[in-house]
Amino acid sequence: MSSNADDCVLEARHLRKLYGKAVAVDDVTFRVERGELFGLLGPNGAGKTSTIRMAYGSSPLSGGSLRVFGRDIVTDWRAIRMRLGVCHQDNNLDTEMSVRENLEVFAGFFGIPRAVARERADKLLTFFELEHRGESEVHELSGGMMRRLVLARAMVNEPEFLILDEPTTGLDPQSRHQVWERLGRLKQDGVSILLTTHYMEEAARLCDRLIIVDQGRILVEGRPRDLVAQYVGNQVVESSPVCPELRDFVKQRGLEHEDLGHRMLIYCKDDESLFREIARRYCQDNCILRMGTLEDVFLKLTGRDLRE
Amino acid sequence: MNRPAWALTWRCLRVWRRDWLVNRQSWKVGFLVPLLEPIFYVAAFGVGFRLLIPEVHYEGLTVSYVKFMAPSLVATSIMYNAFFENTYSSFVRMYYQKTYDAIMATPLSIEEVILGEILWGATKSVMAAIIVLAVLSVAGLIHYPSALAVIPLAFLGGLAFGSAGMVFTGIVKNIDTFNLPIFLFLTPMFLFSGTFFPTDTLPHWAQMAAQAVPLTHLVHLTRGLCFGIAGWRDVAVAVGYLLVFTALCLPLALAAMRRRLTR
Repeated sequence: MSSNADDCVLEARHLRKLYGKAVAVDDVTFRVERGELFGLLGPNGAGKTSTIRMAYGSSPLSGGSLRVFGRDIVTDWRAIRMRLGVCHQDNNLDTEMSVRENLEVFAGFFGIPRAVARERADKLLTFFELEHRGESEVHELSGGMMRRLVLARAMVNEPEFLILDEPTTGLDPQSRHQVWERLGRLKQDGVSILLTTHYMEEAARLCDRLIIVDQGRILVEGRPRDLVAQYVGNQVVESSPVCPELRDFVKQRGLEHEDLGHRMLIYCKDDESLFREIARRYCQDNCILRMGTLEDVFLKLTGRDLRE
Repeated sequence: MNRPAWALTWRCLRVWRRDWLVNRQSWKVGFLVPLLEPIFYVAAFGVGFRLLIPEVHYEGLTVSYVKFMAPSLVATSIMYNAFFENTYSSFVRMYYQKTYDAIMATPLSIEEVILGEILWGATKSVMAAIIVLAVLSVAGLIHYPSALAVIPLAFLGGLAFGSAGMVFTGIVKNIDTFNLPIFLFLTPMFLFSGTFFPTDTLPHWAQMAAQAVPLTHLVHLTRGLCFGIAGWRDVAVAVGYLLVFTALCLPLALAAMRRRLTR
């Protein structure tokens, strides 16, 4: 049973995905509340895209259940997709059509009448600042414009719930900020959003709540600020290079830290005096105090090994 | 496994419409092939072969070689257009452009996407058949009104060859692998299905083999209609064969593509 379907746009319970014997998603349970921007973070291969593909009914569930708008994705996928927008990781635009046709033909897949589709295309092109590129070919667009067009296309059915798989990957800072601004406006309009991203700054800025997954399992769930406070504290001392005396000091005081060899991170919660002490005694010039970030949390929890 | 059931509705026509709209662009050049190909063949066989093969005896008729061969150009263009559309073109949309991935986030099922593609392949066969027929008609090689029945026949033939093509699209490793079915199936059919000479000149075993493949039946009926000599029995045999062939290949194509696209 979905508990209170009105408040919850997505509810995954004990979700599992197997590819042969390999486990991609392992007992994942989470909810996206209505109006919420929910982050799904994790290193490559963590199971993010598998989860998303199950969420819109393109990939069969190996176990557990998944409900969107309170309906079962396995049986009600068609009704669910009518109210859902998906922005894929790839720019899977139709390169044989113009920008405007991409929107109008996609609207056709939802059975939206042509006149309405034309109006929606106008509105979306304006919203994503593509109004002057309607007749352009897709290959003439910049990376940022293509991304915006994929987003616009995902909204052609005026979805209540948007699933965005790495919407800003590969964009320059200007384009990224523009996408963020648009997502903020959509959220204000009451659209619920499930977002995956590799940019922790983006997640910290946009997400109301998020989960960090690794190897198919949820490691933590919470609000970005709470997670930072809980796992790394608001202040981090970063020292590079690391002198042996500092290592001894950290060990002796039992400080929470991460030793990367040439660089050391010391999580000092809210204790600023600790920084002054460390700076004075061990590393005057090569020592900084900075804010703890979601990236610290992410790396602390998922480790620093490369995922390939 | 918790997987959705097969879902096949009229919504497949939305995919057909997408292909139709895209085609308006590519057709500006694409129509040249069915337009020029019959001209080349008629020129080559009409002029070049005229002295070597003055006439052919076929079903009690005596016709010029070029008249005998002309309907085969219609039939083979039906075969090639649907087969190529649902192999190379569909593969590009599936694998390189990821068009299917995008469509599968809309209220369409895999089966509807694939059936829409096959219907589109058959539509291309119809368009090609009309152009080839028109060219051959100008040369006075086609008998009307019976030849008009070739148009619906082109759609059925297109469904048959498009479904067969889509089976391969569901199983090939990469786009180069299509060379294999083309070399092993399409080219032999193109040469031995009563296209360029009547099958009864072949040894018995080869005649039997020819009767087993779809192009032979498509060529036979197309020729009968273009000559105005097709009887109900010819229609029943060829249409029956193509229907059964399609009924076998289409579910195979849907299953293969579903297997490939469901991850």
